[in-house]
Amino acid sequence: MAEPLIYELSVPGREGAKPPQLDVPPAELPVDLLREELPLPEASEVDVVRHFTRLSHLNYSLDEGMYPLGSCTMKYNPKVNEVAARMPGFTGLHPLQSEETVQGALYLMYHLQEAIQKIGGFAGVTLQPAAGAHGELTGVLIMQKYHLDRGETQRDTILVPDSAHGTNPASTNMCGLRTVQVPSDERGNVDLDALQSLVGEHVVGLMLTNPNTLGLFDENLEEIIALVHGCGGLVYGDGANMSALLGVMRPGEAGIDVMHFNLHKTFSTPHGGGGPGSGPVGVVERLVDFLPGPVVAQDAELSDDEAPYFTFVTPPKSIGPVKSFWGHFGVLARAHTYIRMLGDEGMKRVAEHAVLNANYLLSRIKDVYPLPYDRICMHEFVVAGHFAEAPGVRALDIAKRLIDYGLHPPTNYFPLIVHEALMMEPTETESQQSIDAYADILLKIAEEARTHPEVLHDAPHHTPVRRLDEVRAARQPVLRYRREA
Amino acid sequence: MKIDPNARYVKTHEWARKEGDLFVIGISDYAQSTLSDIVYVELPEVEDEVISGEQFGVVESVKAAADVFASLSGEVVAINEALEDAPEVVNSDAFGEGWLIKIKASDETEWDALLTPEDYAKVIEAEAE
Repeated sequence: MAEPLIYELSVPGREGAKPPQLDVPPAELPVDLLREELPLPEASEVDVVRHFTRLSHLNYSLDEGMYPLGSCTMKYNPKVNEVAARMPGFTGLHPLQSEETVQGALYLMYHLQEAIQKIGGFAGVTLQPAAGAHGELTGVLIMQKYHLDRGETQRDTILVPDSAHGTNPASTNMCGLRTVQVPSDERGNVDLDALQSLVGEHVVGLMLTNPNTLGLFDENLEEIIALVHGCGGLVYGDGANMSALLGVMRPGEAGIDVMHFNLHKTFSTPHGGGGPGSGPVGVVERLVDFLPGPVVAQDAELSDDEAPYFTFVTPPKSIGPVKSFWGHFGVLARAHTYIRMLGDEGMKRVAEHAVLNANYLLSRIKDVYPLPYDRICMHEFVVAGHFAEAPGVRALDIAKRLIDYGLHPPTNYFPLIVHEALMMEPTETESQQSIDAYADILLKIAEEARTHPEVLHDAPHHTPVRRLDEVRAARQPVLRYRREA
Repeated sequence: MKIDPNARYVKTHEWARKEGDLFVIGISDYAQSTLSDIVYVELPEVEDEVISGEQFGVVESVKAAADVFASLSGEVVAINEALEDAPEVVNSDAFGEGWLIKIKASDETEWDALLTPEDYAKVIEAEAE
């Protein structure tokens, strides 16, 4: 390995930091908690700084290049978001401060709730959930409590299409409900006949991702929603990625009852290792009373010339808090900034360019990479990473070879309904030049697959660590360093 | 792609074979090949009930985690404990040493409704396209 472990840099007796002088009386630790040996690395400050700086150089980030991970929405994170989130008036707050001393923060939360309501066509929003899957859990709990409140205790099933994110059945399971899978039809839509046979009085609701994970807008959305509502069920919208719909369509108005929004995807807040995430949930009128509490409300009693006053309110039938304090406030500040910077017109342009960019990339490669569902896509698309003329090459080989060209691979092996899936989402923040450069390399790799397949099998060639042994890592995971005896 | 001529199949790629008064259930060679390297197999416990068409376990590969479904209803009388330490046996011998569970069927006529090796070959062919 190019960079040793910090333990391997350790030299006995070397130190980089001294704790301050003890200013309280020393206390004896319980004997059973004392250790004979504490094998921590010993290194100087300069050793530590250089070690982690070298590691950071091995990283690949959005600030370096295109990152077209389908379903992940790695759009560029504007730096102005950071400016807003780091304002001292926000960073100096304590979560236990009284309402009247945090009116600025409450103003921001209130207006972010309003903005998400407007974008989604919803009547109420909670900002608490800490991530997308947490938003799903919150949404399913709300649906469950809605039915229980109506005395419909027999409803125990959530319908989930086979193209869904794996988190949908997981969230269902976390709520003690049963998942029943709905197949897709040959155009990649939810199979209406199958759905018809699965709805009934046992159904809590359907979890629908639209556009789905194939990047396709379901052509039967109205019929799907009517079928689920017809049996008394609710429709959950997995809004993990809203980029294609911003300013174009309001899911709440189309009949979606509950939906989570990933601020760390659609609304450009840091993502992956740079998180944390945030997964606000919007609901229609009949579910507002069940939202987690508290939400931020504006005091209506004030006259026009008084400054608005914001306050925390817990909805009457709330499922309770789903997160300590008020959610990931720093992330909310970034998302709020993103929305305000774009405005109504900018929002719509995000959607238009997200869809245009995905279709442009698709059109550049679709004659070479097999396209299982040949339709106009939304913000992302799925092709197959194998070629009839190169039967030994798999999607993983293509992904690894992209790394050799200094590019981040797309999502692979998801969704599961496409063999050797490569799922690409260029996002609206990429220029035509960067998409062209990516497409050129994809075409070049497809050519290599035919002429020099071994180059792909052995990729990556130019990284500090070559192809990882994923099988051994999964079968015999070694999750922590142990000093050799 | 191997297909065991003595087994019967379901569309979700599990096989069942009659052995004495028991039925052995596993995943097909096509299924293991599609999943690629299998790293973990989760099985029910002996004496658990399995229901035809319903999930009874999970097979996890480096690519995906796939539910496995019972081809017949009945009571589990044995599970393949060797897979805990050596899940790769499902890759190398899906119809033999890589079996998953043995059940005592509650209704043996369910066997007759399963896909014949010839019909199953057509299912694979259609999927591979």
